[in-house]
Amino acid sequence: MTYDADALAQLEQDAAEILGRYPVKRSALLPLLHLVQSVDGYVSPDGIAFCANQVDLTSAEVSAVATFYTQYKRRPNGEYQVGVCTNTLCAIMGGDEIWRQVSERCGIGHDETTADGKITLERLECNAACDYAPVMMVNWEFFDNMTPDRALRVVDDILEGRDVVPTRGPAKVAPFKEVSRVLAGFEDGRADEDQGLGEPTVVGLKVAREQGWEDAK
Amino acid sequence: MTDLTPVLSATWDAEQSWKLGTYENAGGYGALKKALGMPPADIIQAVKDSGLRGRGGAGFPTGMKWGFLPPDDGKPRYLVVNADESEPGTCKDIPTMLSAPHILVEGVAITSFAIGCNHAFIYLRGEVVHVYRRLLQAVREAYAAGHLGKNIHGSGYDLDVTVHAGAGAYICGEETALLDSLEGRRGQPRLKPPFPAVEGLYARPTVVNNVESISSVPAIIDRGVEWFTSLGTERSKGMGLFSLSGHVERPGQYEAPLGITLRELIDMAGGMRGGKELKFWTPGGSSTPLFTAEHLDTPLDYESVGAAGSMLGTRALQIFDETTCVVRAVTRWTEFYKHESCGKCTPCREGTFWLSQILERLEDGHGTDADIQQLLDTCESILGRAFCALGDGATSCITSSVKLFREEYEQHVSERRCPFDHAASALFEYETSQATEEAHA
Repeated sequence: MTYDADALAQLEQDAAEILGRYPVKRSALLPLLHLVQSVDGYVSPDGIAFCANQVDLTSAEVSAVATFYTQYKRRPNGEYQVGVCTNTLCAIMGGDEIWRQVSERCGIGHDETTADGKITLERLECNAACDYAPVMMVNWEFFDNMTPDRALRVVDDILEGRDVVPTRGPAKVAPFKEVSRVLAGFEDGRADEDQGLGEPTVVGLKVAREQGWEDAK
Repeated sequence: MTDLTPVLSATWDAEQSWKLGTYENAGGYGALKKALGMPPADIIQAVKDSGLRGRGGAGFPTGMKWGFLPPDDGKPRYLVVNADESEPGTCKDIPTMLSAPHILVEGVAITSFAIGCNHAFIYLRGEVVHVYRRLLQAVREAYAAGHLGKNIHGSGYDLDVTVHAGAGAYICGEETALLDSLEGRRGQPRLKPPFPAVEGLYARPTVVNNVESISSVPAIIDRGVEWFTSLGTERSKGMGLFSLSGHVERPGQYEAPLGITLRELIDMAGGMRGGKELKFWTPGGSSTPLFTAEHLDTPLDYESVGAAGSMLGTRALQIFDETTCVVRAVTRWTEFYKHESCGKCTPCREGTFWLSQILERLEDGHGTDADIQQLLDTCESILGRAFCALGDGATSCITSSVKLFREEYEQHVSERRCPFDHAASALFEYETSQATEEAHA
């Protein structure tokens, strides 16, 4: 491993906290893989060796697990993972056209990263926000009801170094490494940040209140 | 007309609806205090009597699932919440956890107490980071308030809850694949039996339940079995979230008694987009056979949807109007199943690959009439022969769409192109690009 002493000490401290959450060591592997992504920006050979050491597996066993899951990246990832949902419903509602324009603007295709390391593009599978279709995700935050223009603005903002703001989620999108640390189970103090009510989320509740139906009173 | 019944969604429009204080002000955690004073067997009986059935798709009676656990042998037993919501069209658990995570945490506490579990897990898909923040915070708040942890409210009962983020794999929504994933392995399904109730997480007795099922438990304990059974139909009791998406004016979450119809829901949603005609829809996600306008009045309960040839599934109502090409829709779903097939069994791994090859050439106008029959034959080689439900689910949209819209498949062959203008289905206007035209030439 090539982590310097400070990085390794921090990793070991974090790993101990993760291991403490589970009665059986190996269960810590998925969060540990998110943790090494938060340091290296992908699941690096060093990261694999670190995880293997923590949960008493071989590097081959850890690699076998890591390669199964799409969120674990095998090459250095862009600072922002931009996913355009092209599963059926979003695709039909306009996701295919959004993908075409976003891909053209970035000059890259699926699972590729811009030369400046800013954006990794992904054709996303369903991200459970179909009532907000067409949907885009940036570092796993929701960008709802997208149009090509809005999507291109998000991409341009990232490429030009400006913060981007999700439609549901925190005040701004954190970089890939920071988000990976949250996914390892470490809170970043942003849970109360909010962008207000999403209309589709409360639309049924509103109808019930307008009608004065019993359970909505 | 059926009234909507916001129970799970009742607090979603409150100020900071995700906070412990908001939830408690609305009566939250009252059910937990009540449950801690009940014999655990009575809680299980109440959930059995309520008729609550699994809200994650399969519809198995929840209380019966709990009842399958063997007698306590003094060693650990587990509750694992399936929060890996990934079935295309399904978008109910994510808003529940984002807007009101405490309803799930309270449900976890009551259920764990009932089944004698001291360590519960919530397995959340990894691609929803703000939901993870809210769940982590909710669990932390619940510990601080004494709703979780040691000697909860002086009852002598201890419970730890771990919220675990997955890493992107649809198959982990299959309960045994989820358990393998939670054990730090590739998420591949296990052979059943043994069922999780006997050998689940760490080969110990385990209950795996969907987010919405567990979130329904506090209301059953608080308001009683009679109230719950007064909602719904004879064998499909209670309320559920119906998620409308696609070509309707106001897509979103509509919480209603089971048995409401799509006609009623579309009416509440302001009708079809631009007054267009409904063409086809999924009653419960992409793994459930397609319905058409013929089924607008089918009660959306387990029995009626089943009798009409589909499944209630997750009540993921994806609505497509007359502008939509069914071959395009089915091709895209099939590419999804190919991508998500875990590779463990041959019928699913190879079958979904070949199905997408055939569908892609049909949609691009390069298919033949024989391809349509080949689709059905390949589906027959998968259905009932795959290791888990993913393979079966992959065939549903294909066989049902060929049955309902065979002439549309044939039109792709005879015209040697997709006869639809894809731009007409989109929510925004755009010029069909040269590239798209050429691809279909």
